[in-house]
Amino acid sequence: MQRYSALSIFHRGLSGHESWRPQWRRAAPKAAYDAVIVGGGGHGLGTAYYLASVHGLTNIAVLEKGWVGGGNTGRNTTIIRSNYLFDESAALYNHALKLWEDLSQVLNYNVMYSARGVMMLAHNVHDVQVAKRHIHANRCNGVDNEWLTPEQAKEFCPPLNISDNIRYPVLGAALQRRGGTARHDAVAWGYARAADALGVDIIENCEVTGFRKDAHGAIEAVETSRGLITTRKVGVVAAGNTSAVMRLADVRLPLESFPLQALVSEPVKPAFPCVVMSNTIHAYISQSDKGELVIGAGTDAYTSYTQRGGLHINTHTLDAICELFPMFRRMQMLRNWGGIVDVTPDRSPIIAKTPVKGLYVNCGWGTGGFKATPGSAHVFAHTIANDEPHPINAPFNIERFRDGFLIDEAAAAAVAH
Amino acid sequence: MLQIQCPYCGVRPESEFAYGGEAHIARPTDPSTLNDDQWAEFLYMRTNTKGVHAERWRHARGCNRFFNALRDTTSDRFLAFYRTGEPRPVLAGGKP
Repeated sequence: MQRYSALSIFHRGLSGHESWRPQWRRAAPKAAYDAVIVGGGGHGLGTAYYLASVHGLTNIAVLEKGWVGGGNTGRNTTIIRSNYLFDESAALYNHALKLWEDLSQVLNYNVMYSARGVMMLAHNVHDVQVAKRHIHANRCNGVDNEWLTPEQAKEFCPPLNISDNIRYPVLGAALQRRGGTARHDAVAWGYARAADALGVDIIENCEVTGFRKDAHGAIEAVETSRGLITTRKVGVVAAGNTSAVMRLADVRLPLESFPLQALVSEPVKPAFPCVVMSNTIHAYISQSDKGELVIGAGTDAYTSYTQRGGLHINTHTLDAICELFPMFRRMQMLRNWGGIVDVTPDRSPIIAKTPVKGLYVNCGWGTGGFKATPGSAHVFAHTIANDEPHPINAPFNIERFRDGFLIDEAAAAAVAH
Repeated sequence: MLQIQCPYCGVRPESEFAYGGEAHIARPTDPSTLNDDQWAEFLYMRTNTKGVHAERWRHARGCNRFFNALRDTTSDRFLAFYRTGEPRPVLAGGKP
């Protein structure tokens, strides 16, 4: 692996930048691997990286039906936070947040993690009570979160309209200062490059078409569009397509796939200092380092695999943005898109073993998986390597839906579902 | 925005409707006789079909009645609309 540094940029600049090599090999599938990861997004590539770096499993492959980071990793609004209500969620998302802090150094790849603060607005008495309950629960779990008055919120985010004659006036806000954003593509690419350097094969344009099981029902091979691959361990991290992939192994999961849209504006100079989210009026916004306002909201109403949704969802979101931030009223939107998110009944993910031996699944991240990428990948790698969950992801099993131990995380997205 | 044909009122924009989830999932008549697996199956398991999906819609800002539809979830194209209580239509070409 070529190490990246300021010195290397200078050094290679002297030779016209012609000595840079591709960040990972274009690997062809081998006949057999010790483990196979299905899905080349951030969570899947991260899982492969931690399998190789923490657990010493280097004879492994990541199979991606399209291109690396082309699914929800490349389609989300890049928000990072860990201010979840329940103990199980706080442990999982805070684990991820701690890994974000030095991820650029660990991967030798600038993922542009920026702890610019995530501020969640309260617009009515119920919002205020919910936000304060979250703040207290978070502080008990060692997660930073603090209450701001409307004036303090405006001080932290000057474009915010705290006038009391708007339809949903701002009554206060919960601020997680360690929250922020990161560059989504760089997360996928950084994990891909680091995993590749440890010997992991990253195989793009390779779709899984079936699973083969031995006489005892355990996984023994994966059928793909590029041939049969023998392996005893398969980790499925296929986001919105998880139901379809797992159906090939006759495993059913409590998931439904919905389109989730986002949009960006034309790029402008730095104007927006933090991330602002509003559950009640359905919007969240930040400004990327490229200058675009990155805006998102809730899912479309119906299940779908089309990676697009209705324009009225975006219009509704922009109504809210324009009222909260009047200075953006004449901004032009550049493009919008959709991703397919797999949603569980309790809005918490499933990171677990399955009834099929050797088959593991990491899914159900719904509308908020990006923030968890490093933590999710880290504990999922542990689960695959040891055939036992890490203490952090043990509660996020499939059986909780049968046994009634739901992790009913209404805060999973910052917008109401 | 989807164009949805209410069997009672005709074609209207999606914004008049509420989505009602997967169709043809009947509440068990005697829940007390079910074991945990069967109850979880009723509560939480859905087909999440990648293809033709039978689903409920409610004309929330119209006649307020439920009805069913078949929609291809890979294209969002509606293939049939039918009233609650009617059997799921068999599409031309033999697709269920």
